[in-house]
Amino acid sequence: MTFRRVDITKEAAALLEELKAEHGEVIFHQSGGCCDGSSPMLLPKEDFYLDDNDIHLGEVGKVPFYMSHDQFEYWKHTHLTVDITPGRGASFSLEIPKGKRFIIRSRMLTTEEHEHFNPS
Amino acid sequence: MSYSKPKFQEKYGNYINGAFVDPIDGEYFDNHSPVDNSLIAKFPRSKEADVKNAIAAANAAKEEWGNTSVTERSAILNKIADILEENLEEFAQIETSDNGKAIRETLNADLPLAVDHFRYFASVIRAEEGSASELNKNTLSLIIQEPLGVVAQIIPWNFPLLMMAWKVAPALAAGNCIVLKPAEQTPASATIFAEKVGHLLPKGVLNVIHGFGPEAGKPLASSPDVDKVAFTGETTTGQLIMQYASKNLHPVTMELGGKSPNVFFSSIMDHDDEFLDKCIEGAVLFALNQGEVCTCPSRLLIQEDIYKAFIEKVIARTKAIKMGDPFSPDTMMGAQASNDQHEKILSYINIGKEEGAEVLCGGGAAKLDGDLGNGFYIEPTILKGHNKMRVFQEEIFGPVLSVCTFKDEAEAIEIANDTLYGLGAGVWTRDAHQLYQIPRAIKAGRVWVNCYHDYPAHAPFGGYKKSGFGRENHLMMLNHYRQAKNMLISYDKNKLGFF
Repeated sequence: MTFRRVDITKEAAALLEELKAEHGEVIFHQSGGCCDGSSPMLLPKEDFYLDDNDIHLGEVGKVPFYMSHDQFEYWKHTHLTVDITPGRGASFSLEIPKGKRFIIRSRMLTTEEHEHFNPS
Repeated sequence: MSYSKPKFQEKYGNYINGAFVDPIDGEYFDNHSPVDNSLIAKFPRSKEADVKNAIAAANAAKEEWGNTSVTERSAILNKIADILEENLEEFAQIETSDNGKAIRETLNADLPLAVDHFRYFASVIRAEEGSASELNKNTLSLIIQEPLGVVAQIIPWNFPLLMMAWKVAPALAAGNCIVLKPAEQTPASATIFAEKVGHLLPKGVLNVIHGFGPEAGKPLASSPDVDKVAFTGETTTGQLIMQYASKNLHPVTMELGGKSPNVFFSSIMDHDDEFLDKCIEGAVLFALNQGEVCTCPSRLLIQEDIYKAFIEKVIARTKAIKMGDPFSPDTMMGAQASNDQHEKILSYINIGKEEGAEVLCGGGAAKLDGDLGNGFYIEPTILKGHNKMRVFQEEIFGPVLSVCTFKDEAEAIEIANDTLYGLGAGVWTRDAHQLYQIPRAIKAGRVWVNCYHDYPAHAPFGGYKKSGFGRENHLMMLNHYRQAKNMLISYDKNKLGFF
């Protein structure tokens, strides 16, 4: 059985394909804090500097999903699903001009998932 | 007095070089009101070419504006304040319409603070001086402040006009030209501001462009032709903007949100008096501006021996919050700013419940009647849990309060500082020692002591840790918009003797 920390809904995946066709290689980076934060940001791959401080949680629609390591410490017991909702979000995320916004839906990791990802 | 959505034009332009102009490629976006999801107006969907025009206008104006006397700039800032004040009710209705917040807040907080902000910076620049140091008997060092030139300012949607004032007033006072990009959810008040006060400023000094982050924000933040970027928003975009600025070695200031602890010690319940009443309100201030404040006191820490008695009072006060038409003066809490914001808050309440938090009140969307049923409303919600839960660690930016208890001072400090952020905090106590020692131990830029959510000018505001850097709302912000010019003058007639 393969375990995944992050998934994507069908609707969000369809929009993601559209955006990949327009912008080429992209990444998701989960933002923290303030107005448009606590949301996943879809950014051109070359635009965002990633290093060991960013945790790679997995891939959705062949797009890597990252989060800063200190934020991950508080998130690591949850499973994330990238979803999409209508809305006029501000930020530099690439879906904004479409009048839609990626959002994160979360659930607790199951016992099996938890043992796999966070072995004690 | 009754208030309602003001009349707007069908569409607005960008304000560039002293005039409203259409976006070059003719594209606009619809701006809806979160009150009832009705259309406000169309605003330009600007692209790089529009942004370049605005930056060029600002650059063309910077030499002359940078050389105006402080007397002139101060007089103009005072006139701007007067016009805002004369039109206070109109601007308050624009803000409520565009952002969804209750009219009693825009009338009594957003607008009066914005007016005062311009007057504050009009005043302080008149009383400033540079410095002169005699380094030895023949050498004099003069320090003179000079404007940076052109500043890019990207502002959020939670206090559209007030955050504009926090950015625009010090930048103008310091002698800079501005390219301002309001948030795309709330473009209205900055536009009407330019319409009403633009004539007071020389052409090109203030430019307002609208559009989306990736299309208009990015070319503004990454332009080599601006001298500084000031940003309020979230962490990932903050990092992105710093990266863009790093390519040009441009300075930045960042205000990036928080997860502010509001700490209540046992002594608050020693007496049942007006101070206890103030403490209860202080805990319920999480609902101010629908919780859409970067300093929202969203973590409530209560000393365990008073938990039961105090939280009962906080819940009762929270349940008394009257939701309804944001234009009604007795409405206490209005709409969330947008649908995606509404969805995000609900998803957080959901994960809070999954993590095992207990819902003490609220816990879902609020259904309002009539046209308001199309708006974006959330019940004020209190969740009981512990500080490692995600609802204690992430900025929900909604009316959601996470409450936990602590045993003693050491544990209160430990929990308060167990966060990535450090923007605001609150400490409530009758103990004179705690009044000083606890605020000093909390790693945050602003600690309110026996009060909360007060933002008078001349009280510096800014973050520790991942909440950013820079200090707004105080004259020290002037130096974030200036260079220090050092003139080192020799009165010695004799050469060094090396050559």
